[in-house]
Amino acid sequence: MAPPTVVSMVLSHGGESSRSDRPAGRGTTKRTTVDVPDEPSHEAGGGPGPRAASADRAAARRAERRAERVSGGARELEQRLTDLLRGGLAAAGRPGHGLWEETAARMVDAQAPGLAGRARELASIPASGAGWPARLLEECALLHLLDSAWLRLGRLPGPLAATVRTRVGLTAPAGGPAVRDQWLVLARYDTPDGRIVTRRIWLYGRNSERIALLLSYGAPGRAPAHALPVGAVIDAEVTPYPGGGGLRVELGTEFGEPVVTGTPPPGGTAADAVAAYGNALRDDPWLDAWPATLRDVVPAPSGDGWQLVGVADGSALPVAARALSRPGLWKLVALSGGGPLTVFGECGHRGFDPFAAWCPEGSDGVGPGEAVALI
Amino acid sequence: MPTTVTSTGAPVNASWEDLVSSAVLGTDRRPLRTEEGAAVSPSALLDAAAAHTVRRRAALRPAVGATLPAPAPADLRPPLPDAARRRLAQLLADRSAQPGGGRRGSAPDLTELIPQWLASAGAHGYRAPAELLPALLDAARARTDLRPHVLAFAGPRGLWLASLNPEWRFALRASSRDARRPDTSDPAAVRRLWQEGLFAERVALLGALRDQDPGRARSLLVSTWSSERAEDRLMFLDSLRSGLSADDETFLEEALADRSRNVRATAAELLSSLPGSALARRMADRATSCVNPDRTGGTVSVAVEAPHECDPAMQRDGVVPVPPSGRGERSWWLGQLVEATPLGVWRERFGGRAAHELVALPVADGWAGELHAAWCRAAVRQRDPDWARALLGAPSTPPANGPGTASPAERSKLLASLPPSERALWVAGFIAAHGLSEAFQLLGVCSVPWDAPLGRSVVDALDIARDAGSYPWSFSGVMGLAERCLNPAEADRLAVLTTTPDEPEGASPGAGGYWSEAFQRLVSTLRLRAAMDAELSQGGAG
Repeated sequence: MAPPTVVSMVLSHGGESSRSDRPAGRGTTKRTTVDVPDEPSHEAGGGPGPRAASADRAAARRAERRAERVSGGARELEQRLTDLLRGGLAAAGRPGHGLWEETAARMVDAQAPGLAGRARELASIPASGAGWPARLLEECALLHLLDSAWLRLGRLPGPLAATVRTRVGLTAPAGGPAVRDQWLVLARYDTPDGRIVTRRIWLYGRNSERIALLLSYGAPGRAPAHALPVGAVIDAEVTPYPGGGGLRVELGTEFGEPVVTGTPPPGGTAADAVAAYGNALRDDPWLDAWPATLRDVVPAPSGDGWQLVGVADGSALPVAARALSRPGLWKLVALSGGGPLTVFGECGHRGFDPFAAWCPEGSDGVGPGEAVALI
Repeated sequence: MPTTVTSTGAPVNASWEDLVSSAVLGTDRRPLRTEEGAAVSPSALLDAAAAHTVRRRAALRPAVGATLPAPAPADLRPPLPDAARRRLAQLLADRSAQPGGGRRGSAPDLTELIPQWLASAGAHGYRAPAELLPALLDAARARTDLRPHVLAFAGPRGLWLASLNPEWRFALRASSRDARRPDTSDPAAVRRLWQEGLFAERVALLGALRDQDPGRARSLLVSTWSSERAEDRLMFLDSLRSGLSADDETFLEEALADRSRNVRATAAELLSSLPGSALARRMADRATSCVNPDRTGGTVSVAVEAPHECDPAMQRDGVVPVPPSGRGERSWWLGQLVEATPLGVWRERFGGRAAHELVALPVADGWAGELHAAWCRAAVRQRDPDWARALLGAPSTPPANGPGTASPAERSKLLASLPPSERALWVAGFIAAHGLSEAFQLLGVCSVPWDAPLGRSVVDALDIARDAGSYPWSFSGVMGLAERCLNPAEADRLAVLTTTPDEPEGASPGAGGYWSEAFQRLVSTLRLRAAMDAELSQGGAG
């Protein structure tokens, strides 16, 4: 039942050395382009006249040129990574080491924003405290996995190929079947992303029981488009984007106005949350975390940090380091007052990052069922 | 150990530690080898590392839970109405968003309204919303003046939360009587807490007990009095100030012989505010031997013969023998005697004259200033409204020509001895006559919201200042007070002032615009306060 992981898909074919300067890449690129141009063609609908056909051809040529540039970037990135490994990661820890910024700039030139973003993030790892070489190796390895996967895209099954394309930075339009549901807004937060602001809105479908992520972007000084408040429920259709485990969706038709009601989504245990993350990694090994709702957990101090401890089984997830410095952590602790809560957030290899919490009935906190945003 | 078929076709069979050490030093210097001994390419090393990484992440398991914190004590107060909760969130968010400094525009200064909001919510007896406790504690950490109100409002869960975050340690140290009112119903528990408690707990206990049963509080204090440290004796003695009565006299008389000079002085001060006490009588005897009516020449005047020495008996009754530098010792002693003498004595002594007649009498030999200043201090200490009224004089009299004191600080103390409505009327009259420049301290003792005559008087004075063409920031202190203290119901009447008038001749450039902005802020702040009050009065619908 479980599909083979991307790792084995990418790596088990053998033979080709990714260092080969030559046709391997070119051949792969050819295959890639077979996948790429399906973007605009299905819109043609009624009568594809000669003009539509020529427009399609032009779009296909553009897509092919873009894919070639990305492949060039991926090969260059692979070269840089193997050079780094040859000389040793220790070099990357020296001050003034500009490798990653420069690499990121090259990837931007190669129109591969996904590769550029990951390369840029590597720059901060040497300053991240003890154990950084192991963390840097992990992320270098995943970056290598991504560029190798891109260069062998044609050999991957469709969903994996879509994930790789999205990760590299080629966005495909949302295209799956629309899902209509009562969507509860679990969390909403903005993160600055260079000069633009990225807004993330997490939704939970009451009937489909699935979690979905809406992304929107704001230009400098402008708020991102969607303004759904936490705790609102909208009756709406959403359309998933390809890849990435089908988490990201586009908001389609909305039926009626949002209403604020709501009970929290039914949550699970800490074990359920890490298992869901592990499962999701099979479809997208580059995932740092996966959404999860924890039921009946109590925040408890643990060493220098905090844990969310399940009252039922005593199993726990550490609170992710980046959440420890946010005011939301203390809101969570205050809401709990030492008692159990339902908490929604992301569970991953860095721990659990809480985004919203609900108090049980009869507690001193906010009214039962009312969502409190933690981020 | 995972075996990965690599892109070079050779299996890499290495532990994560081997992969890391080769990667850190570089495959050139520390090559990784296959079982056959062939060097593994960097690319193959990365393949293997990727496999390790993803496998490890996919195989995460939950940790064993740490010990749970003890639950916060229950808080039985009703929750805030929803609108009030949103308002508080907004006030607190504005506080943290304040850039600090800069010219104030026409928007209300929300930070300044936090104390009022907290006092009002506290009076309604609401429970603080749990999710806002961190922001409340942060606000109290930054502003000590907010602490008593915040801690009272935050309640038991606030203290519980503060115990988990070292940044909020101040909340545990604060011995606010409101925050943790000790239970006084169980005599054994009271005795135990009194004997074994920390100093702050004992002060809180004594204060709480004194409010309920002054005699019981005094007995508790007497039971351990002789073994207390001098600093502690002073603090405990101070808590007898509330509920002070003739029943306390015996104990205070004994305290006049205390080893500590500060304790003796405080005991004397407390006794002198009990008009029937033996100390008050002794001080009256001394004072009336110095201050007497002089009937020579047909009219009555006040003759003063200041004391020539400060004998041990005077010192025992709290008279400080050594004056501050620059003051003569005889006038220093006289001042202390008159200050500690019950004011009623003077009426007897001067043929039944009332306070306002007494302060109008001529005083011989330039002693008027010294004598009236001492009467002012006595009126404040004995909280005597007749004397306070007499010493303040008519509000329209210029301060320098008044009967008592010209100092705004002393005058505001006298004002505090008057009933609130009279206080407001007096200050209203003062502002009408003298404008706002010396009114700030006097306004500070008026009760909030201001009575209508006072409010009108302040607004009229601001209007006059605008017409005079000065800039509004010369009055920013009073403006700020008006925003917080004017009755919100005045907002509509004030709206006409928010327009920008034609600039009068000789006005400071642009002043008109700034004034209308200042009045806009005043009006919008008043409207906001009205909304806040309404939200809190909605009753626990939350």
